[in-house]
Amino acid sequence: MIRVQNVTKTFGDFAALHGIDLKIKAGEFVALLGPSGSGKTTLLRIIAGLEFQDGGEVLFDGEDVSSRSVGERQVGFVFQQYALFKHMTVAENVAFGLSVRRKGRPPKADIRARAEELLRLVQLDGLGKRYPGQLSGGQRQRVALARALAIEPRLLLLDEPFGALDAKVRKDLRRWLRGLHETMGLTSIFVTHDQEEALELADRVVVMDHGRIEQVGTPEQVYMEPASPFVSDFVGETNQLPGGIHVRPHDIELVTSGGIPVVVDNVFRRGGSWRVEGRIEGHDRVVEFDVNAANPAPMLGETVQIQPLREREFQKHPS
Amino acid sequence: MRRSTTESRALQIVLIAIALLFLAFFLALPLIAVFGEALKAGFGPFLDAVTAPDALSAIKLTLLIAAISVPLNLVFGVAASWAITKFQFRGKSLLISMIDLPFSVSPVVSGLIFVLLFGASGWVGPWLAEHDLKIIFAVPGIVLATVFITFPFVARELIPLMMEQGKDEEEAAISLGASGWQTFRHVTLPNIRWGLLYGVLLCNARAMGEFGAVSVVSGHIRGETNTMPLHVEILYNEYDFVGAFAVASLLAGLALVTLIAKTVLEWRFNLHGSARH
Repeated sequence: MIRVQNVTKTFGDFAALHGIDLKIKAGEFVALLGPSGSGKTTLLRIIAGLEFQDGGEVLFDGEDVSSRSVGERQVGFVFQQYALFKHMTVAENVAFGLSVRRKGRPPKADIRARAEELLRLVQLDGLGKRYPGQLSGGQRQRVALARALAIEPRLLLLDEPFGALDAKVRKDLRRWLRGLHETMGLTSIFVTHDQEEALELADRVVVMDHGRIEQVGTPEQVYMEPASPFVSDFVGETNQLPGGIHVRPHDIELVTSGGIPVVVDNVFRRGGSWRVEGRIEGHDRVVEFDVNAANPAPMLGETVQIQPLREREFQKHPS
Repeated sequence: MRRSTTESRALQIVLIAIALLFLAFFLALPLIAVFGEALKAGFGPFLDAVTAPDALSAIKLTLLIAAISVPLNLVFGVAASWAITKFQFRGKSLLISMIDLPFSVSPVVSGLIFVLLFGASGWVGPWLAEHDLKIIFAVPGIVLATVFITFPFVARELIPLMMEQGKDEEEAAISLGASGWQTFRHVTLPNIRWGLLYGVLLCNARAMGEFGAVSVVSGHIRGETNTMPLHVEILYNEYDFVGAFAVASLLAGLALVTLIAKTVLEWRFNLHGSARH
């Protein structure tokens, strides 16, 4: 189990993390989700030991590892830009962690066999003799993963693992990584700014903003019961109606009377529904909502009545 | 060929011609003159001039100075670039400007600083004299001056390169359990090898060719503290033109070899750089 207790970090005048507390159970797949500058990567790097906190502790299985270096923590770290060793072959990259071991280094033949086995695991068998420059982005990312797994890490940390890939590859790799996490029984933490990625992959999502944790919960909780206006806005789409009411576009229905009048500005198809953009009559506030495409699309300039189905009300954000 | 500029063909030819003329006048012509003068009286006198005892001792001293100062600056340059590009620390910008100091100070001034420090009436001069240690007008002084003059070359070459490479690969290596030395040896060094070689090459060319600073601290003792550039000057002042140009042609030859090696390295360097994506 990983515990982060009251961890703070500043870079010069910039407070990157304010008193972070977080528990991660063995076998969990956790996403650190937030916009850039939210401190998510800093937190990941502190857990790894690539960065050191100014205050607080990091515990692995109850043991304080705060003063241990990244090499001593036995974590697998996957970098956003892969950070493969360009001058080494794929197999040498994967074998690196084992071949630099100072005590208990396995014999050369064993290291080679292990590298091959890992390449098979990441479905790159036969590419061991290539150089990273000869691989596609998705393949490089899998080499980076195999290299990190070679040291049998007790924790796998991934910094924006899919950030540099195109949409299709990203989707495939995501699903594949989820499977790998489960079959290998890993404990994994990954950083992302993509809420869709976090919701799809993670067992639990940690939403961060301005160096603070805004909410920790399952994807369902974070999406359906956002703890703050920030979470509501950052995770999924949200409309702010007058009176501090937040409502998702798909949680709005059209009614014939008694609703909020909205002037339709734009209508377009989004999958199985019409996405309607409009303004609340008398306000300048933009509202977006979905109407089942089985119904006729609202006309431009028409005034329709809307009714929130599920809404959340937030107190003024404590600051 | 891809054309991204809009200059007309005629203008391009004019510009290229100007550049070539300039190069011919300022580089090729002097080079030809040096070799021409050296071999004016034939190959025999040339050989006599470069194998004269004083010339041989100047060549030996020059090689010795380079053999000491280049490795020193290789270690210093790598250490400084590593520190500057991979770590955050106080006084970093000061260190960066200090590295540039020898480029901004006149070599003669650099030499004078060492005389001021170690000369007979300098700060530590009397102490040195008491212990019978000679620095100024001796080999140690020449080494010191040369190290000072040439120390920016390696660091200046490596800092931008290592800055661009970032520290992801090093972090990956240490996260996989590599020690600092293993990381340097297996990850950093292979990434910087061409840049490093290039820097060493330039450093070596300057170490062998430095005149100003060395001239101040050397004392011009024939057969003892004369390096090749100093020897050329002495011969020239004695109207021994064949001798002067013969030794000068050796230095010019070194420049040519450096230039060729530099071109080859640049070519390899770019090849390596572009294979990274």
